[in-house]
Amino acid sequence: MEAVTGTAFVVATILKTIVFFIILLLGVALSTYMERKVAGFMQDRSGPNRVGPLGLLQVMADGLKFILKEEVTPGTAHKKFFILAPALALFPATVLFGVIPLGSPLPTPWGRVDMIVADVPVGFLYVLAIASLAVYGVVMAGWSSNSKYSFLGGLRGSAQMISYEIGLAMSLVPVLMLAGNVEMPVLVSMQQSFAAGPATYGMWFILPLMLSGFFFIVSGLAETNRVPFDLPEAEAEIVGGYHTEYSSMKFGMFFLGEYFHLITTGALISVFFLGGWDIPFWQGDNIRVLADGTVIGDPTWWKTLLTLVAFTMKTTFFVVFFMFIRWTIPRFRYDQLMDLGWKVFIPALMAYIMLTAIAIFALDAAGVPVGLRFSAALFGLNFVLMLIFLFALDRGRLVMGATARTRAVPGVTAATASEGD
Amino acid sequence: MIADFFFVLFAVMAIGGATAMVFARNPLASLLYLVMAFFALSGIFVLLDAHFIAAVNLIVYAGAILVLFLFVIMLLNLGRTEKSDLRGPLYRIIGIVVAGAFFGLLLVMLRGGHATSMAGGMGQATIDAMLESQGAVGIVAEPMFRSYLVPFEITSLLLLVAIVGAIVLARRKAP
Repeated sequence: MEAVTGTAFVVATILKTIVFFIILLLGVALSTYMERKVAGFMQDRSGPNRVGPLGLLQVMADGLKFILKEEVTPGTAHKKFFILAPALALFPATVLFGVIPLGSPLPTPWGRVDMIVADVPVGFLYVLAIASLAVYGVVMAGWSSNSKYSFLGGLRGSAQMISYEIGLAMSLVPVLMLAGNVEMPVLVSMQQSFAAGPATYGMWFILPLMLSGFFFIVSGLAETNRVPFDLPEAEAEIVGGYHTEYSSMKFGMFFLGEYFHLITTGALISVFFLGGWDIPFWQGDNIRVLADGTVIGDPTWWKTLLTLVAFTMKTTFFVVFFMFIRWTIPRFRYDQLMDLGWKVFIPALMAYIMLTAIAIFALDAAGVPVGLRFSAALFGLNFVLMLIFLFALDRGRLVMGATARTRAVPGVTAATASEGD
Repeated sequence: MIADFFFVLFAVMAIGGATAMVFARNPLASLLYLVMAFFALSGIFVLLDAHFIAAVNLIVYAGAILVLFLFVIMLLNLGRTEKSDLRGPLYRIIGIVVAGAFFGLLLVMLRGGHATSMAGGMGQATIDAMLESQGAVGIVAEPMFRSYLVPFEITSLLLLVAIVGAIVLARRKAP
C-alpha cells in the first residue's frame, strides 16, 4: 500500500501532531499523579486521595494552583531571558517525540499512514541534536535569575548534562553498528523477525547489546536531572537549584518539562532496546516498510492499536522504573557523579564499542548470517562483559558485603573497613 | 510551494538572526540570536536534502560550541549590556568593504552559474537515488571513509594536537 501523499499527507501530519501531543500531555499529567502515588506506596502511605475518585483530579487542582499563584519576577533578574528559560526547558523533550515511531502503519482509504510524526532520514542524529539543546533551558534559568543558588544550580546542571550526553551518544554506537542504519523505523524493524525481506536480528537489542542498554538507561536518567542525578536542584545545598527564583506557572513549566523528559527518555529506551512497538512472541505485528515503498507484512487498524498499547506499556514501565529509583536511591555526591561519567562510563564505553566492533567483524568473517544465531553469539559475549563490568563497579561491596570482608581480614572491624573505601 | 514558503521563512530567520547577533548589545542575546541563525541554517540544509549536515550543524555548533560560549559568558559574567563593537569610523569602513566584497563574490558566483556546479553537477534525481540506496548518512560516510580516509585521519590528528596543546597551556604554572 502506498504512503499518503499531497493534501492527505498534510492533513494526516497535522492530525498526528495534535493527537500525539494531547496524548503526551495526558501522559505527563498522569505521571505527575503517578509519581506521588508511587512515593506514597514506597513510603507506606496513601498518596493523594482527596480530590476526585482515587485522587485522580489532584492533577487538575495542581494545574489550577500553578496558574492562580502570584507570579514573582525578581527585580535583579534579566527579564527577557528569565521569561524565555522555561520555554527553552520545555521545548526539546516535546520536539523529540516527533521522530519516535509509536506503532505499526495504519491503512486508510487515502493510503498508508505511518505512526510517526516526522520520519526524518537521520532520526537518530536528530535525537542527539535536539537532546543537546536541553542544556540551554537550565543554564539560562540559572544565569538570568541573578541569584547565587540559581547560578550554582545552572552550572551543575549544564556540566552534568554535557558529561552524560557523551555517554548517551556513545552507548548508541553499538546499536547503530548492529542495525547499520539511523532511521528510527528501521531500528524497530531490525529487532523483529521476518520470513521474507532483508535479514534482521529477531531479538530486542537489550539482549545482544545488554551493556549498551545499561549505559543508555543510566545516562538517560542523568539527562532527566532526577534523583540520584538531581544535583542541579539539590534542595539541601542550593535551595531549589536553577529554578529557585521561579514561581507560579513559570515553575510549572520546569516541573512539566521534567516529566516530558521522563516520558521521552522512556520512549527512546523502548525504541532503541525494547523493540519499539514490537509485540513479543507474536509474528503478526511484524510490519516493515522498505526504502522503495514496498510493505512486508499486513497492516490493519487493530494491529496499529495493539502496537500502540504495547509501546505505551514499555514506556510506562520505564517511567515507573525511574520513579522507583527516585524513591529508593539517595543522591550522588557531585564528584562521584562526575567520576562516574568521565572516569567510568566513557572509558568503559570506548572499550565496549571496540569489543562489539571486533565481535561483529569476527562473526561476519566466520560467515555467520545476520539472524538469531548472530544475536545469540553477541548475547553470550554481552552477558560475560556485563558480569565483569558489574563486578568491577561493585568493588566487592554488595556481592561480598562489608561483614564478609571484615570476617575475611582478621583484626579489621566494619568501621575501619569502611574508612578504607 | 510549501518548500518555497519554508525556504523564505528560514532565510529570513537566518539573516535576521545573524544581523541581530551583530547588533545586539548584550553578549547573551547575541549568542541566542546565533543559535536561531544556526537553527534556520539547519532548516535550509534539510530543504536541500542534506539531512546529515543539518543534524551535525546542530549537534556541533548549537549543542557544543555555543554552550561553551555560554559558559564563558556566564563564568566571566559578561552578560551586561556592553558598548557596541562597532567603534570608530575606521572599523565601520573596513567592515563595509569586507562585507561588500563578500556580497559581490556571491553575486558573481550566482550570475556566473557556479551555484549549480557546486553540487557536483548532480541533479535532483541523482541525489534522490543516492539517498534511497545509501541513506542520509551513507552519502557522507562513503567518500569520507573510502576515498578521503587519509585526509580525514590527518584532520583528526590535528584536533588531537589542539587538545593536547590546550591541556599543556592550562597546566602551565604562571611565572
